[in-house]
Order: sequence, then C-alpha cells, then structure tokens
Amino acid sequence: MANEFLEPITEQTFYLNMGPQHPSTHGVLRLFLKLDGEYIVEADPIIGYGHRGHEKMAESHLYEQFLPNTSRMDYLAGLILNHGYVAAVEKMVGIEVPPRAEYIRVICAELNRISSHLLWFGTYVMDLGGFTPFLYSFDDRENILDILDRVSGSRLTYSYCRFGGVARDVDDEFITATQQFVERLRSRWDDYHNLVTKNVIFIHRAKDVGVINRELAMRFGCTGPILRAAGVPYDVRKAEPYSVYSELDFEIPTGSKGDALDRYIVRLQEMEQSLRIIEQALERLPDGAIKAAVPHKVRPPRGDYYFAVESARGAVGFYIVSDGTSYPYRLKARVPSYGNLQVLTEVLPGTLVADTISILGSIDIVVPEVDR
Amino acid sequence: MAAWQNLVNFLGPDLTRIVVGLVGVLALVQVNALFLVWLERKVAAHIQLRIGPKEVGPFGILQTIVDGIKLVSKELITPRHVDRKLFMLAPIAVFLPVLVSFVVIPFSERLIIRDMNVGLLLIFAFSTFNVLAVLVGGWASNNKYSLLGAVRAVAQNVAYEIPLLLTVLSVVMWSNSLQMSEIVASQSKVWNVFWMPVAALIYLICATAETNRAPFDIPEAESELVAGFHTEYSGMRFALFFLAEYSNMLIVAAVATTLFFGGWKSFPGLGFLPVPGWIWFFAKTYVLIFVAMWVRWTFPRLRFDQLMNFCWKIMIPVALLHLIVYAGVIKIIN
Amino acid sequence: MSLEGLKEELSKVVEPGDMVPREYEKDGCLLEIKARAGQVESVAKAAREADCFLESITAVDFTNGPQVIYQFNSCTSISRVLVRVQLSRGESVVSIGSIYDAALWYEREVFELFGIRFDNHPDLRRLLLPEDADFYPLLKDYGKVHAFRSTEDIYGE
Repeated sequence: MANEFLEPITEQTFYLNMGPQHPSTHGVLRLFLKLDGEYIVEADPIIGYGHRGHEKMAESHLYEQFLPNTSRMDYLAGLILNHGYVAAVEKMVGIEVPPRAEYIRVICAELNRISSHLLWFGTYVMDLGGFTPFLYSFDDRENILDILDRVSGSRLTYSYCRFGGVARDVDDEFITATQQFVERLRSRWDDYHNLVTKNVIFIHRAKDVGVINRELAMRFGCTGPILRAAGVPYDVRKAEPYSVYSELDFEIPTGSKGDALDRYIVRLQEMEQSLRIIEQALERLPDGAIKAAVPHKVRPPRGDYYFAVESARGAVGFYIVSDGTSYPYRLKARVPSYGNLQVLTEVLPGTLVADTISILGSIDIVVPEVDR
Repeated sequence: MAAWQNLVNFLGPDLTRIVVGLVGVLALVQVNALFLVWLERKVAAHIQLRIGPKEVGPFGILQTIVDGIKLVSKELITPRHVDRKLFMLAPIAVFLPVLVSFVVIPFSERLIIRDMNVGLLLIFAFSTFNVLAVLVGGWASNNKYSLLGAVRAVAQNVAYEIPLLLTVLSVVMWSNSLQMSEIVASQSKVWNVFWMPVAALIYLICATAETNRAPFDIPEAESELVAGFHTEYSGMRFALFFLAEYSNMLIVAAVATTLFFGGWKSFPGLGFLPVPGWIWFFAKTYVLIFVAMWVRWTFPRLRFDQLMNFCWKIMIPVALLHLIVYAGVIKIIN
Repeated sequence: MSLEGLKEELSKVVEPGDMVPREYEKDGCLLEIKARAGQVESVAKAAREADCFLESITAVDFTNGPQVIYQFNSCTSISRVLVRVQLSRGESVVSIGSIYDAALWYEREVFELFGIRFDNHPDLRRLLLPEDADFYPLLKDYGKVHAFRSTEDIYGE
C-alpha cells in the first residue's frame, strides 16, 4: 500500500537527519532520510561517530593486552566477545581448557545474552511509547549484573575470560543466586506477555512492519535473530558448536515472516532457551581447575585463523593473522550489527517515519560494535 | 436608554463577579497544575516500581514549585531564524483560551462564573484555539521536527473533534439545552454514563486525543520527534505549554463529569452525606484524570496513520450510529 | 548446499591447485582459495549459486602489497571459504556489490582503511572515518605497529 504513494506527482521531498543525537537511535547513529511527507524515499545510515580503531590497536598490543578491548566493542554482550577472542587464541595455540572453566564460560555467556535481550526489550517498547516495561526489565537485569559483578568485578564491560580458562572461580553463592534468578525470570514471562505481547497497540506497531525475508537477509549477510525470524534456523552454537554447547540441550526459535513481531518473539523465546542452558550447565558443573597452565605471553604459530561465536545480535567472528610473535599481525572482528544495519537501506524506503523507530528497535543494533 | 442602563448594570455586580471569578480560575489553574504534575509523577513512579519525588516537602508535594522556580530562572533562548512574533505568541495563545473555558464550568449549584445558555458551545469553540496555537508554535520554530509534530497535531485534533461533538450531541438531545447547569439538572434521575455508556467511552477516547495524551501523544512523541512541536521552546515558554496541557486535561475531565457523571450531584443513594457539591465535582474530575494517567503509562503509542484510521473508520461511524439510535430512544422515552 | 557442492561450483572458475583444504578444527575454515584480482567476480557468483552468504571482506597489509580476503559461509552446513586475493599497492579490484549487497559496506571499509579501490562500486565513500580524512590508517606504514612483514614470513609463500 505504501508504494502507491511513492509515485512522484510532485517532487516535494525534504531531507531529515535523525541525527547522531536522538533519543531512539541507540548509540551515535545518524540516519539520513529523504522524506516525502511522512514516507521515506531513501535512507542512508551514516556511521563512524564511535570509531576508536580497535583493529589498529590490536596490531601494537600483546594478545593479553587486547582482551579488555573486546568487551568494549559490543558492550552489551561483552562476555560473549571475550569468550570468542579467548577461544580463538586458544585454538591457535592449542590450549586445552578445563571443563569447569568451559561450563562457567557458558553460564556467564548465557547470562550476558539474557541481559542484552532484556535491555533490548525495555528500550524497544520505550521507543514505541510504553515507558513502563523498560523499568521492569531493568529490574530483572540488575540481578544479572549483580551476579556477574560478584564473580568478575565489573557490571558491564567484563574481562573475565583468560587464555586457558577464567580469571576467578565461582562459589556456592553464585550458583544459588543464579538459580534464584532463573526462577524469578521464569515467573516474569506472564507479566511481559500480558503487558506487551498481547497488547493490541503493540501488535499493530510491530506486525508486518519491516519485513526482512530470507532472501533479503541472505543478500545482506544478516545473522542472528533477524535471520532466525525470517525462518532460517542458523545459530552458531548449533551450526559450529564451540565450548560445551554440543553437550547441552536447547532449541533454536525461528519465526516465519520476518517482521518486527517475529523478531520480538524470537528474542523472547531465546531468553527462555538461555535459561534452559543455564539450568543444565549449573547441574553439570564439574569440579576441577579453572585455568590451564599457559605461557606468560602467548605466541601463536604463524598463519591465519577464524573463530565464530553467537552473540546476542548474531554471529561474531575473530579473524587473526599471526606472524609467530606475541603481537597479532592483523585482527579483524566480524560483527553482526554491520550487516544488520546495512539492511536498513533496503527495508526503510516506503515506510513511515514512525515505522523507522520500530524497525530500528527490532533490529537491535549496538553502534559501537559497528564502529569498532 | 436601555443599552446605557445595561452597561451600567454590567459594570456593577456582573463585572465584579467576572473579575473575582477569573482570579479564582487563575488560582485554580495554578494549583491544579501544581497538583497534577505531582500526581503524574507519583502515578508514573508507582506503576514503574519506583517512588517518585519524595525529598521536597511531605511526599514530594512541593516538587513542582521548585521545578517552576528552576524553569523561570532559565534563559529564554530564541533560535536565530525563527519568526519572532509568532514564536513568542504561540505559548500564550495555547494557554489563554483555556482560562476562558473555565468561565462556564459548573463547579457546584451556584459556583459558575457565568451560566451562559451556550456554555457547552463556548468550551468547544475555545478548545479549537489549541490546535491553532500548536500549529503556529511548530511552524514558527523553523525546525523540521517541530513542523512534523505540529502538522500531526492539527490532523489529529481536527479529526477527533468530530466524534467528540457527535457524542456530545446525544447528551444535548436529552437535556434539550447547551447550558451547563441544565445538562447537570437533566441527570437528576440517573447519570448519563449509565444509560449512554458508549457515548462516555467515545468522549473519553476523543478527549485523550484532543489533549495529546498517550496513546495519542504523537505530536510530542519523545522518541520519534525529539519533542515535537515544543522542541525549540525552553524555560518559561515550555512551562506554559505544559501548564496549558494540564489545564486542558482539567477542562476536558470537568466537561466529562458534567456531561456524563452528574456534575456536582452526589452519587445516587449517597445524597444524605454532608458533602458539598464542589467536592463531589472535583472528586469525579480527578478520578477521571487519574484514569487518563494510568492509561498513559500502560500503553505504547499508536502509529500516526493507524490513529487516523481509527478515527475515520471506527470512531466516526460508531458516533453517528450512536446519535441516530439515541435520537430514536429519546423520542420513545419522551 | 554442502561443502562438496560448493567445491564443485568453485572448481568451475578456479584451478584445482588454487583450492587448498584447511583444517576446520584449527583454522576455522574448510577451504582456502587463492584467486587473482580478475577472478573475484566469478568466484562470488559461484558462491551465490551455492547459496552461501558473504560473511566478511577484509584486508591485510604486507610488504609485497595488501591482500584482500573474502569470506563466504552457508547456513545449512559448515562451509566457510576464505578467498585470498593478493594485490600490489595501488591495484584495484572489481566490486562484488552487484552480487552480494553486503559487500557494499565491507568494500567501503576496506577502501578507507587500506586505500584499495573497488571498480564499479556505486558509492565508494568513507564509512567509518570522517569524509575529509586523507590517510589510510590500517596500512602498516601509518601509526604504531609492531611488525611489517611479507606474505612469505607468514604463509611461507
């Protein structure tokens, strides 16, 4: 229906900057829109406001020194990126990680994934005008941040993984707190579904909005919930199992149409699956060492290596070229928000300005990840 | 000769009455704004599992006064390329007509400043000024966001006035008069809301749209248009827009009370309580305002075209149908 | 499509000697292809036929010139393929933006960080750096780096 309006009767378009400072483009993203009244004719995301040069920094830092940088790239899923980087280097060098450390990494990564999705949920509904679920989801998220704070020392940008394991052991308090959190979040699903998912206004804002079907997602290299909502069950944890995911039992939720509502439901179901993973991992947590013996400055052999993990937004990959010294020769972080953001150039034209907010929120972009 | 005498009569008791009334109205509007801002913040906070203001005064009641002092002390920034006269005119134009509308609200049996025989018409006539002032403010700001917000506000307000007036017509058919005290008197047996519930519902929805409150607050949609038509306003001018919004809420709730909830009449059966009429009036009005706030913090926002579709395709046909059906019903009753 | 299917498609455009199998457990990819600048488009088309998506495009700077690395993967089975194209400084490559839309941004990023131009790219302007930047930061003779080596030092050839 919207396309009928795009036939130019008169050329009366104007440019609108959803500028770098805007309450709903989370992070410094600039959307340069060409509008015809309320309909978008062209959309051009302009990024780079947060480019800090992580990849250049990697070339002059030791492998150990670069570890904190990884969680600053996508600060909402910092532990998952930590895990990916550390596992990449471990594979290069050939370090065996003790099973207790693997399970701890998985538990913390899944907690991180849930906290990222909770934040997405709150901010998405807030952008649409419902200010209340934001506070409810942040209330739940505080529990996760407290748990991870107790074990790693930071609330948001963690550097918890080390080459060969994790930095600190978890105690019984951690296990009890996590189990209590799992029960508490499960009891909240009803609240969230009644307040938001079944709300007629919310469904109208999200249904059939921003349809990204399989073909579009494949063309733009989108991964993560966007691809899964389009019907493709691709999850790096199942396609290229790493750590102990092959021993744990969980499903990959998929959608069918690829509209914003499907993406929303896929993410909520992913949170439930993460809870399942955490439960199983807590049950099976073995005793033992938490860190293997690793040389002081790791020195991977020469060559190039790639390692992929599943972050909250899609497939994250680290491509490392090593020259045999303890400094990386080249490090490239393949981030999912790159392809996810680029899809906007194709999805936005023909929609209303109000839909832009809904689409942008449902795609869940973290701009520092795009900018690196 | 008669005209001369009328003028002298007017300058005497009538003028005093109007002046005293207007001063009272001004006081009411200020205190109401104070109270409503505090109420909104508390309601929002408790729905969101927070506490809200609690430092300044008992339960944070004096918070609004302190905020007002802060707003008054702020610099009045006028951006460079705005249309100066219109820019400064808009906040005033938004606020003044609201004051006039208070002249005909029946707070109690005798507490009306001027019981005009076209009282209801006056209120609706002056509420349309709101639209004009919003448009002027958005246009004069020389800002694309403000313009978008103003344009949306005009479309929304103009559209939602139609079902509003159609349902009010049903009430007027019953009371046979536009005079506010007559409308209250016509509800002596049963309140209008009990036998015209659809009309009350339509009125409340349209009233929320008229005052630009959520879920119809697209003109000031924070997350889309930064702040809509009042993006460029700061300091006391912004405070005037806010004041006008809360006063508008009060007017609209007061009119709803008068038209549907029996005005200053007590709850049927509780007439023996020694509670004066104006307390009943204000109680009902503030309950309605509380419900409006409750709705605001619960629902997300409608998209603009969905909002307009809702009005043109659902509200107007229902209001028309309601009018026809109740015309028949009233004819039968009489 | 499985890895076999992908190999089949690619063998139509690339000599078998240029297709090097890799150990997935260690390197993370299954196949490595050394291509020349002119073969990039046909390789990309072959990957498209095999229903793969473009995972990333990046580049590495060596003393004997920068090397552009394309990475394709498929959703249905692990079939990560690295396509390596060795260029000399100043040489340009054809853009695969018409085959994979994802390439548009990746190529812009490689252009602004390494200075490698992509022909037929519809909109080759800077993505991450400011528009008036006149330097290519990830080249090894810019800023602080630990080492500047040749491909022989790293890959042995």
